[in-house]
Amino acid sequence: MQALAEGLRLHVNGLDYAILGLYFAVVLGIGWAVRRSVRTSTDFFLSGRSLPAWVTGLAFVAANLGATEILGMAANGAQYGVPTVHWYWIGAIPAMVFLGLVMMPFYYGSEVRSVPEFLLRRFGPSSHLLSSVIFAVASVLIAGVNLYAMAIVLRALLGWPQWVAVVVAGFFVLVYITLGGLTSAVYNEVLQFFVILAAMVPLTVVGLRRAGGWGGLRDAVAARRGDDFLTAWGGTGVGHANPLGANWLTITLGLGFVLSFGYWTTNFAEVQRALSAKDLSAARRTPLIAAFPKTLIPLVVVVPGLIALVVEPTLGAAGSGLDYNDAIPVLMRDLLPNGVLGLAVTGLLAAFMAGMAANVSSFNTVFTSDIWATYLRRGRADAHYLATGRVVTVLGVLAGMGTAFVASSFSNIMNYLQTLFSFFNVPLFCVFVIGMFWRRATAAGGFWGLLSGTVAAMVHYFWLYRRGIVSIPSDQGANFVSAIVAFAVGAVVTVAVSLGTEPKPAASLAGLVHGVRPPAAGVPADGDGVWYRRPALLGWGAVVLAAACYVPFSF
Amino acid sequence: MDDRKPPRTLFDLRLVIGGLFTVYGVVVTVAGITASDEDLDRAEGININLWAGLGMLALGAFFLVWLMLRPAAPPRRGK
Repeated sequence: MQALAEGLRLHVNGLDYAILGLYFAVVLGIGWAVRRSVRTSTDFFLSGRSLPAWVTGLAFVAANLGATEILGMAANGAQYGVPTVHWYWIGAIPAMVFLGLVMMPFYYGSEVRSVPEFLLRRFGPSSHLLSSVIFAVASVLIAGVNLYAMAIVLRALLGWPQWVAVVVAGFFVLVYITLGGLTSAVYNEVLQFFVILAAMVPLTVVGLRRAGGWGGLRDAVAARRGDDFLTAWGGTGVGHANPLGANWLTITLGLGFVLSFGYWTTNFAEVQRALSAKDLSAARRTPLIAAFPKTLIPLVVVVPGLIALVVEPTLGAAGSGLDYNDAIPVLMRDLLPNGVLGLAVTGLLAAFMAGMAANVSSFNTVFTSDIWATYLRRGRADAHYLATGRVVTVLGVLAGMGTAFVASSFSNIMNYLQTLFSFFNVPLFCVFVIGMFWRRATAAGGFWGLLSGTVAAMVHYFWLYRRGIVSIPSDQGANFVSAIVAFAVGAVVTVAVSLGTEPKPAASLAGLVHGVRPPAAGVPADGDGVWYRRPALLGWGAVVLAAACYVPFSF
Repeated sequence: MDDRKPPRTLFDLRLVIGGLFTVYGVVVTVAGITASDEDLDRAEGININLWAGLGMLALGAFFLVWLMLRPAAPPRRGK
């Protein structure tokens, strides 16, 4: 580990640190300036439902564009090659479009404050409590793992001791969210989005030049890893071997449909950004606007992974001391002069903070309004919940920092827990879709569907796959299959239990289920009728663009 | 549900993005103009600081011009 730390050290100078310092000052400045607009708990948790669509849309992308995502997807690019684009073009885009076009009217129209609250209204307290608690615990844990990952990277790149990195990043996130709530988090995410781009675009440009342009990169990578490495669908026939360890069926169904829909449509850290939009039209456009940058992000994330293979041929090889996660740091070290290097370090830090802030700002909302205000302290004055939200933010960040320190000694357990929590989103999506479109679904059906789907995924992954009873070539492939199992079991159980229990009265389903009553459309804002703001056009445009992106990588 | 809209005129995100990227653009462009040969070699002969600096200046200018052409609307009156 020490050898690695020395090997990746960047040659940062005062200019680079000045760029980083200015960024931190602006981050705090945003929190300070926004705090004056926070007067109610709705301001704190949902930005007073006042933000324009371009802001929430970019925050929607940035909330997912954490550094673990950037480093991880570049690593996947280096390890699996071009098939990594599946996470974007068949994974994220259709799910984001589905969220905007189909699900958002129910979420935003029903005026819920959180995704779990929708469960409470549609099904009942048992599924609500189960999902709120799991979401709250998972958020803190993921924030901590994210901090820990950042500490490792900063120690390697800048030589900062681990605790310094954890405390500095934790402190900034804590201050700006406690002051400005979700508005502060969202504004910073938009800023982070541009800083991350300003870091990744120069890296990719210089890297492509080093690799001899796109043609040179193709030839060098193909010579080393074979042609399938450079096509999205090569070798994905059922029974064929490919680096991903998945076939076209598990990619489209497992990753494209089940896993991605579960993540993008029910993960409150994402959906919260859309709920903070100023009206239903802006809320629907949030994931749709986000889909366009999301489609292009692999160009500056997956491509650098491929470039790193060429620039540093030992990457990922046993004994080199460099694993695939080092793809981006290696390129920063080898290619960037001071100035742009400072931007890249800032972008990486910004990305870590974006990921953590998204977890913290969704955690404080779910804890305060779904657990505290629903089960522990009901019916208090609004000021009480605003204060609770701030205290919970502080506690959440501190718990995340604690988790980061624990993670350094128990990193295997952390990976285990993350895998565990990742199995929860899929049955959640399953129950949501059934609940939104089938009025006969009951409270008991929702709860048991949620529980059985989660358990089924765990049984499949930890028992059938890990013990070798079912043979799947890679963890990724096994994840896809587990997701399909979770969805199928969840759906069957939800339907079966619902048919055996009393239906909910139709009146209690208004605005929550398709066809019971159209969700309130709200007052259309001026100018929402113009063609470039029409949700259907934006949504289908994104799908067509993502499909078109596959064309150059399919032959 | 509280429907009061907080005053949006206090603070506009476009000013922050425009301002930060204008400053970054100037700083990095200057670093590009004064680039050493070692810097140029590292980046494969591309003066990446100059190009990135100019790109960020353009981005900063875009947000500032947008802000000037369409200032934040006054808070909407509840009907």
